[in-house]
Amino acid sequence: MKKWGNLALVLMLGAGLALSGCGGGNNTGSAGKTGNTGGNTAATNAPASLPETSGTAQDTLILGRGGDSASLDPAIVTDGESLKIAHQVFDSLLEYKPGTSEVQASLADSWEVTPDGLSYTFKLHPGVKFHDGTDFNAEAVVFNFQRWSDPASEYKFEGDSFDYYDSMFGPDGSRVIKEVKAVDESTVQFVLNQPQAPFLQNIAMTTFGIASPAGIKEKKENFKNEPVGTGPFVFKEWKRNDSITLDKNTAYWKEGLPKLNKVIVRSIPDNSARFTALQNGEIDLMEDLSPDDLSTLENSSALTKIERPPFNVAYLGFNFKKKPFDNVKVRQALSHAVNKQEIIDAFFAGQAQAAVNPMPPSLWGYNDSVKDYEYDLDKAKALLAEAGYPDGLPDPVTLYAMPVSRPYMPDGKKVAEAIQAEWEKIGVKTVIESPEWATYLDDTKTGEKDDIFMLGWTGDNGDPDNFLYTLLDKDAIPGNNRAFYVNEELHTLLTGAQKEIDQGKRIELYKQAQEMIKADAPWIPLVHTTPLLAGKANLKGFVPGPTGTEYYSEIYFE
Amino acid sequence: MNSYLIKRVMVLFPVLIGMTLIVFSIIHAIPGDPAETILGQKATEQSKQALRNQLGLDKPWLQQYFNYMGHLVQGDLGTSIRTKTPIAKEIVPYLAATLELTAASMLFATFVGVNAGILSAWRQNSWFDYTAMIIALIGVSMPIFWLGLMEQLLFALKLHWLPSIGRMDQRNPVETITNLYVLDTILAGRWDQLWTVIKHLILPSIALGTIPMAIIARMTRSSMLEVMNSDYIRTAKAKGMSQFLVVYKHALKNALIPVLTVIGLQTGALLGGAVLTETIFAWPGVGRYIFEAISSRDYPVIQTGILIIAFIFVVINLLVDLLYAAIDPRINYK
Repeated sequence: MKKWGNLALVLMLGAGLALSGCGGGNNTGSAGKTGNTGGNTAATNAPASLPETSGTAQDTLILGRGGDSASLDPAIVTDGESLKIAHQVFDSLLEYKPGTSEVQASLADSWEVTPDGLSYTFKLHPGVKFHDGTDFNAEAVVFNFQRWSDPASEYKFEGDSFDYYDSMFGPDGSRVIKEVKAVDESTVQFVLNQPQAPFLQNIAMTTFGIASPAGIKEKKENFKNEPVGTGPFVFKEWKRNDSITLDKNTAYWKEGLPKLNKVIVRSIPDNSARFTALQNGEIDLMEDLSPDDLSTLENSSALTKIERPPFNVAYLGFNFKKKPFDNVKVRQALSHAVNKQEIIDAFFAGQAQAAVNPMPPSLWGYNDSVKDYEYDLDKAKALLAEAGYPDGLPDPVTLYAMPVSRPYMPDGKKVAEAIQAEWEKIGVKTVIESPEWATYLDDTKTGEKDDIFMLGWTGDNGDPDNFLYTLLDKDAIPGNNRAFYVNEELHTLLTGAQKEIDQGKRIELYKQAQEMIKADAPWIPLVHTTPLLAGKANLKGFVPGPTGTEYYSEIYFE
Repeated sequence: MNSYLIKRVMVLFPVLIGMTLIVFSIIHAIPGDPAETILGQKATEQSKQALRNQLGLDKPWLQQYFNYMGHLVQGDLGTSIRTKTPIAKEIVPYLAATLELTAASMLFATFVGVNAGILSAWRQNSWFDYTAMIIALIGVSMPIFWLGLMEQLLFALKLHWLPSIGRMDQRNPVETITNLYVLDTILAGRWDQLWTVIKHLILPSIALGTIPMAIIARMTRSSMLEVMNSDYIRTAKAKGMSQFLVVYKHALKNALIPVLTVIGLQTGALLGGAVLTETIFAWPGVGRYIFEAISSRDYPVIQTGILIIAFIFVVINLLVDLLYAAIDPRINYK
């Protein structure tokens, strides 16, 4: 009864594998140190006080999401996945009220603005400590802002770039913030070069979370793997592409928070596998439910649907570099030939609303008196005839459809096919192209290959400027204005609104801008989606924020 | 033997250098700008230009290549653009995860494949033979992601026998020592956790091992049939030896030589080609690491990652060749 032959073979194979692993050009001695627990002083394994609601509820949350963080230092990233986690470890001076994009106090208790809008003075919350036990104070705020704005800073480590800082507060050479001064231990003053209307909205962004100066000095380039802030959770461990573990900050400055003892964030790239893991109890909460799984979710009593407030826009942009799309009649004609409601019902499981303007209706300054180009094929044909194309367009149109799934557009190709069929009816032939994502972004930015492209945007800071100016102003060429739409009048409006401190006046300016954009039709705004999450039915206290980041500190299990 | 070994190792270098050149030219032939992809729509043009300068992307690619090689020779494997972390440090846990999965998959594929092949050959044209070969045919042509999702639905969701994703139970995490969790739990003497870790390995290794299993089964069968018809087997049978001993003691030894090649090649293929399995089962392996690097045009990671995989591949091939000599005395390397 001997099968030694295979057994020996299998053993040899195993040994061979192990050997080749060791020969992989790496010393496996340091293998266990992907995310060591450095700086983890506040973490304890003692059971924390459970939420008042129950005696035996679970106190660990496992969250599943599609990607991993690129880095844990919020200052050097721009991707939502990184910011989502950094937000648990860091607090900013201000924060957004849960579930909204409205600014409220956080590390700063109060603030004052001079009438000319050139100086902001923040009173800091007293007695706050970083996770490493050092004091949070005005000096720490100054240190952070200096790190981000000084290109020669010794704390700007190799490969670091503070992209969001440059993008919100102006790149080097045209900075909005002139200087940041520590007036005393708990008072910090920002002096600006020019008034910036969205200043407070920007300050509240996760990316401007205040890091521990001592932590940065000590860990240097390793800080991005072992972050130290003042937030509700202390960083414990990061296994790349697998999981990030956060422990309760027992000394958190907000009384009674966080309610959980531990948060583990897992990267599960496949949507259906993630949903399976949720149903199987391996995770408690998941991001980005695909619309196909919605009915299963709604039929399950053990699970609950959680909606993130819509704060995005998906759109088709006309490439003004290409004829005949520089002709407003052609753009209006094609706008009349898109049936938005049908697309929503077919591909978004109803989890979206038709978009009229380039910004979401939940954002202040939204102009709800703007009328959309209603779906009307006869009107579309008439407009094409007026533009000199009574038989439709002579050449096929190259439509770029997104190859990847995004919260604002789960399936770009299908949506493009639906639009292709509609345009066919008015004599416009469409060729759909979906190159791989990196190529896609490159091509649409140069604007040589596409006639019309599909893309979207999620707001960063809860300000209309971050939609209208960022995406449609002439300053955003080359860059995010991939339509190459240049409108001087609009430019005057939008840059004026950036410097206007009076909220009422700003709203007026943005409302005018939206009317102007509608008449010009550089885009066909398609939808504002409601990104879906799913969680265990007994998970409470989770309020997703519109910008994609929120604290997990109020979450508990019943 | 020793001189042969030295010769083989010397040949590795030109092969690997050729690899880097090919990979480098392919990477630079694909359109797409790392600065645009990695920094995304939220960064200013200035930051993107700064990144291009820093990476030397504006230089001719041959110059970039020599820069890269210069660093490589000094033992610097480069830094990931996306995560800004040295690749040498980053890639270790990914490699460990992939090695563990590959080992488990090949264990499954080899054990099931070899035995199914032997039985098929031994009982040629029986119902077992037909069934096994039909299963092998299906196995070879099975899309991995479909198989993986079906496994999850059946064994995780419907039956609750096994976990659907990941490498361990996060509610009871393993203390990592080597990043090979099976080994880590044994070293730590955590037998309960060892069982959990093995449970996490079962579904992905079946999904990943199905194709090699089918290939090995077919190879074993045909090789076995050939050997069974040879003179020395007939002699053994004529001497009245039991069927079992003839098959497992005499025939198997010689029949396994070609199978070994297949096993070696398949192992190499799994190391780099486990992207789908790693995606479905959220397995943090090197396949997904490189795949994501390709998506985001993280040039240094693509180059170094593929180089390391290629290195392991050629080392495995070398090991297979050496095993040959150990198994088959007719082969000698003079």
